[in-house]
Amino acid sequence: MIKFFKDRIDEKTYLLLITILMFIVMYGAGMIIYADKGFAKPQMFFNLFINNAGLIVTAVGMTMVMITGGIDISVGSVVGLTCMMLAYMMEFMKIPAGLAMAIVLVYGILFGCVQGFLVAYLKIQPFIVTLAGMFFCRGLTAVINSEMINISNAVFLKIAQFKIYFPFLATLNKKGKLITPFIYPSVIIAFVVLILIYIMLKYTKFGRAIYAVGGNEQSALLMGLNVRATKMKTYIFNGFLATLGGILFCLNTCAGFVEQARGFEMEAIASSVIGGTLLSGGVGNVIGSLFGVLIKGTIESFITTQGTLSSWWTRIVISLLLAFFIVLQSIFASIKAKNK
Amino acid sequence: MSNDLLTMRHITKNFPGVRALNDVDFTLRSGEIHALMGENGAGKSTLIKVLTGVEDFEEGEVLVSWMDHPLINHSPQEAQKKGISTVYQEINLCPNLSVAENIFIGREPKKNGMIDWKKMNDCAKKLLKDLNLAHIDVTKSLEHYSVAIQQMVAIARAVDIESKILIFDEPTSSLDELETEKLFQIMRQLKNKGVGIIFITHFLEQVYQVCDRITVLRNGELVGEYLIKDLPRVQLVAKMLGKDFDDLAAIKKEGIEKRDRANQVPILSAKNVGHRGTIKPFDAEIFAGEVIGLTGLLGSGRSEMVRSIYGADRPDSGELSIKGKKKKISAPIDAMKAGMGFLPEDRKAEGIISDLSVRENINIALQTKRGMFRPLNQRERAEFTEKYIKLLQIKVANPDSPVKQLSGGNQQKVILARWLLTNPDFLILDEPTRGIDVGTKTEIQKLVLKLAEEGMTIMFISSEVDEMLRTVGRMYVLRDGELVGELTEDQMNENAVMAAIAGGEKDE
Amino acid sequence: MSKLFQKITRSQLFLPIVALILVLVFNVIKTPTFFKITIMNGTLYGFIIDIINRASELVILAIGMTVVVASSAGTDISVGSVAAVSAAIICYSLGPSQEAYKVPYLVGIFLGLMGGMLCGVWNGFLVAKMKIQPMVATLILFTAGRGIAQLICAGQIIHVEKVEYRLLGSFLPGVPLPTPVFVAILVIVITWAILRYTALGMYIQAVGINSKAGRLVGINSSAIIFLTYIYCGLCSGISGSIISSRIAACDANNIGLNYELDAILAVALGGNSLGGGKFSLAGSVIGAITIQALTTSLYAMQVTADQLPIYKAIVVVIIVAIQSTEFKKWFSNLKRKYAIKAEAAS
Ligand SMILES: Nc1ncnc2c1ncn2[C@@H]1O[C@H](COP(=O)(O)OP(=O)(O)OP(=O)(O)O)[C@@H](O)[C@H]1O
Ligand SMILES: [Mg+2]
Repeated sequence: MIKFFKDRIDEKTYLLLITILMFIVMYGAGMIIYADKGFAKPQMFFNLFINNAGLIVTAVGMTMVMITGGIDISVGSVVGLTCMMLAYMMEFMKIPAGLAMAIVLVYGILFGCVQGFLVAYLKIQPFIVTLAGMFFCRGLTAVINSEMINISNAVFLKIAQFKIYFPFLATLNKKGKLITPFIYPSVIIAFVVLILIYIMLKYTKFGRAIYAVGGNEQSALLMGLNVRATKMKTYIFNGFLATLGGILFCLNTCAGFVEQARGFEMEAIASSVIGGTLLSGGVGNVIGSLFGVLIKGTIESFITTQGTLSSWWTRIVISLLLAFFIVLQSIFASIKAKNK
Repeated sequence: MSNDLLTMRHITKNFPGVRALNDVDFTLRSGEIHALMGENGAGKSTLIKVLTGVEDFEEGEVLVSWMDHPLINHSPQEAQKKGISTVYQEINLCPNLSVAENIFIGREPKKNGMIDWKKMNDCAKKLLKDLNLAHIDVTKSLEHYSVAIQQMVAIARAVDIESKILIFDEPTSSLDELETEKLFQIMRQLKNKGVGIIFITHFLEQVYQVCDRITVLRNGELVGEYLIKDLPRVQLVAKMLGKDFDDLAAIKKEGIEKRDRANQVPILSAKNVGHRGTIKPFDAEIFAGEVIGLTGLLGSGRSEMVRSIYGADRPDSGELSIKGKKKKISAPIDAMKAGMGFLPEDRKAEGIISDLSVRENINIALQTKRGMFRPLNQRERAEFTEKYIKLLQIKVANPDSPVKQLSGGNQQKVILARWLLTNPDFLILDEPTRGIDVGTKTEIQKLVLKLAEEGMTIMFISSEVDEMLRTVGRMYVLRDGELVGELTEDQMNENAVMAAIAGGEKDE
Repeated sequence: MSKLFQKITRSQLFLPIVALILVLVFNVIKTPTFFKITIMNGTLYGFIIDIINRASELVILAIGMTVVVASSAGTDISVGSVAAVSAAIICYSLGPSQEAYKVPYLVGIFLGLMGGMLCGVWNGFLVAKMKIQPMVATLILFTAGRGIAQLICAGQIIHVEKVEYRLLGSFLPGVPLPTPVFVAILVIVITWAILRYTALGMYIQAVGINSKAGRLVGINSSAIIFLTYIYCGLCSGISGSIISSRIAACDANNIGLNYELDAILAVALGGNSLGGGKFSLAGSVIGAITIQALTTSLYAMQVTADQLPIYKAIVVVIIVAIQSTEFKKWFSNLKRKYAIKAEAAS
């Protein structure tokens, strides 16, 4: 039986399955340990998506970039800038919410163009290009406004707080009140993006070219693929997705300030990698990245549910769990490699 | 000529410090197979790269019959679009993609605007079946397969792209006879359809088997263009080398006198050494001054056997003794310290350290053998490098240039130099003459015999049976990951070896 | 003559140096007093001194980063956090007292550096033995490091009040140049000597370029990678001790903040590939000084802290764009065209 699976499943699928399994085990453990604190409630599970909708979208873009063998460490600051731009435009310039979001998305595309051009056509190392991009966006955020802006735009808040209920999952709480779990529109958007990009990566020429470029750039070139255009497009997509992720993030926080989403890029990278993406390129899958995000979210839920840790212990515990996870994954990978 | 498909005129191409092509002309007709011949570093691959837009060129022009203006390709993509499809010298595929994708990427079959995976896999399966590779699982990623199979996949890709010009740069270097024959069959079919084929190889007999015309390059210059019937073998070699040359047949083993091995201590003896999944436990005894061959089909475990001896793949059973003393070899460095050297089969992945200079690539093994804290000094480094560049006639403008800039064959010589420099007692050569020109091939074979005469023990693997017959004194036969037998000097002839490889009857 | 010129322009260091000079020249135009050095109380002051002084930590970090990048083709993003850990250990072990340290000064520093190296051991273990991608492996300490530092300081900012503690970060009595500069030079010289008098440099490059081939010629790839991470940890510790001495305290949240980014940038500005393999130590040093020169000069031009990153981003992009091979190709094509035109004209 096990042998049967071993022969059927290739390495990548195997790792993805391990990741998914580990998520389930982890969440299951949480449901048992923290049962009294509501970890087992459906809403808790949905919150995982609500809190991380922005990260899912951003991580999807990051995964694309990482498959080409690149990296984008500017996404955190792009998300921060997005929030600031939205808040500033809606609050101080009174631009309607829809238009503000459109402007931000256009900015994302333009920003992606510039980064893509530098990486694909001038062949500058992605890390450096996006590091400069990070400085640029963070600086721009501070220049726009150094104070925190809370968003009070009615339309925006309406979108942010529009609850979509799941009545069939309703449960009674201790006081006998019916609680219906819900999600926000941002979750839907995140899933739509996830599915679209999944399809794109698997079923379009562009998608496959991304894998080819990451697998071996020289070969991809000699096989007649347009390496530059592929990279360029990937960074544009990524720019767009980073700002879209920023909008979803902003729907969650409804504010803009300079330090917002600092370190977000690392979360996106970590999620991608936990989901099986290789930084060296050529390997990766957005479904994996989704689970990467969920695992990261679960670790955080543990900490918040626990609730008594001081801020430094939080950091240490989060990274210990991360380390535990990454090491375990690496052990599974090496077992698989040995059995080959 | 009216049926000239392709005309290249006065092509000149410089690399920093090297003129790789100097005023070279080349013509290709439709419906011909045209051999491009020359020593290592003659400029064959460069001519192809110039034609397909991988490299740009300084002077000259390229004309093709179906376009009324000169053709300049800026990228392989462009060349492919304009009807030129190529298999480059080093395998250029994406290891992370599936076999089918490697064949179809960039031109995937579609249904409703989406890639039709089922159709793609089916087509790939069919294509590979035509190449006698029905057993390949096209959905598995390419990295699972051997160099030979990757080579065939690259060929399948190039052949399937409908093009007017088809280029093969040393496609047969890692193929066995059957696979080569299959390739030739396909080449002939395409030729009859009017495709023009450029074929680069160092196997002379293959040229005479399939080609119609030969163009010879030497040192980046055109020597001439000949009809195959006008240029007998010996003359072809003379043209390539620019001098007369003692034919391969002239090499003879100095009949290594049969020593009484009964009471001689073997330099290396393996007992029950094996590596799970690649080579079943084997016993072997090898004596000083022997040239011992390993023969078998591709994937029979030849490479795996030597890898487990050298510690490249750490054996999980058995024990090795060297000069009668038990040695534990858990990593290559142990083997080196015990006096071994190993030239691996896959030059690009395991041999050259591409960005390091030729000098460093030559010196590195001796350096590690001496240890980190005793670095070679400047003078030693220069001296050793110089000596071996001369000895092996490595073609390099400046020993400080990165080794990746050398032509394929010269890279191989650098690795050979690396090991000779360590002066090993026991040298393992896994396909040392792959991609090496005839002249050098002879040199290497002679060198092997000479080293053996001086007392070095050499383990020699080659897919070319006649090369083995010429050099080795004894042969181990492998089949399906198992050491199945041994052929002694007087049992060795082409037929016997073939029979042993194929495994018709047991030969003890 | 033209041969020499060619040799100079082809050298890997040529463009990084040009970039640095450009930054400095631009400064002179904008701030004429830029190169002025004055002596106050027996010590030197001036923008230039300030640059090499403030660049010291970065130089040291960049050296550690260079070897890590070369051997493992990945970056160590934990260096800033590790610097904070070292600083915390040092401040905790020396104690806040004005009169006397809790343990002798050198013991405190030693403990701090050991802490840094221990972090390097952890990173090296993950990368070399567990085969985890460097950036992700070091992400763990990147997050945990500051937590550990806070844990050591019990969430407080420990001030080391004894005046001598400041010496490492300022001036030794009677010496006109700031101490960090000497420390940086010491690290450079030691590293250079190790690379020069052992074969380690070649091993590191070989492992970074092709670890499989490296193994077959007898190099223990994982040991080499492991070693570079430990060395990088040590460098982080050293720069942590300097930073903490400058402020005479350990601020776990801010010591070495974002230094990892600057260190990586320094490596790249020095013309090194982040893809591993060949490296130039001098390049990274120049890169680090360029970054500091840029920051100092932007401040000298009264750019506000808010805007600083924007300018920095633009200048960095320009510098790396000029260094890119594509740009060079474009430039040499242009030169050739010009030469042909000139020929035609004559
Ligand atoms: N990228 C490069 N940079 C510098 N020199 C190069 C480069 N590529 C090739 N050369 C040089 O150009 C010459 C011709 O090389 P080429 O690869 O065309 O030889 P070849 O005829 O294909 O030889 P082989 O049979 O060994 O493959 C060699 O001297 C080689 O060193
Ligand atoms: Mg060639």
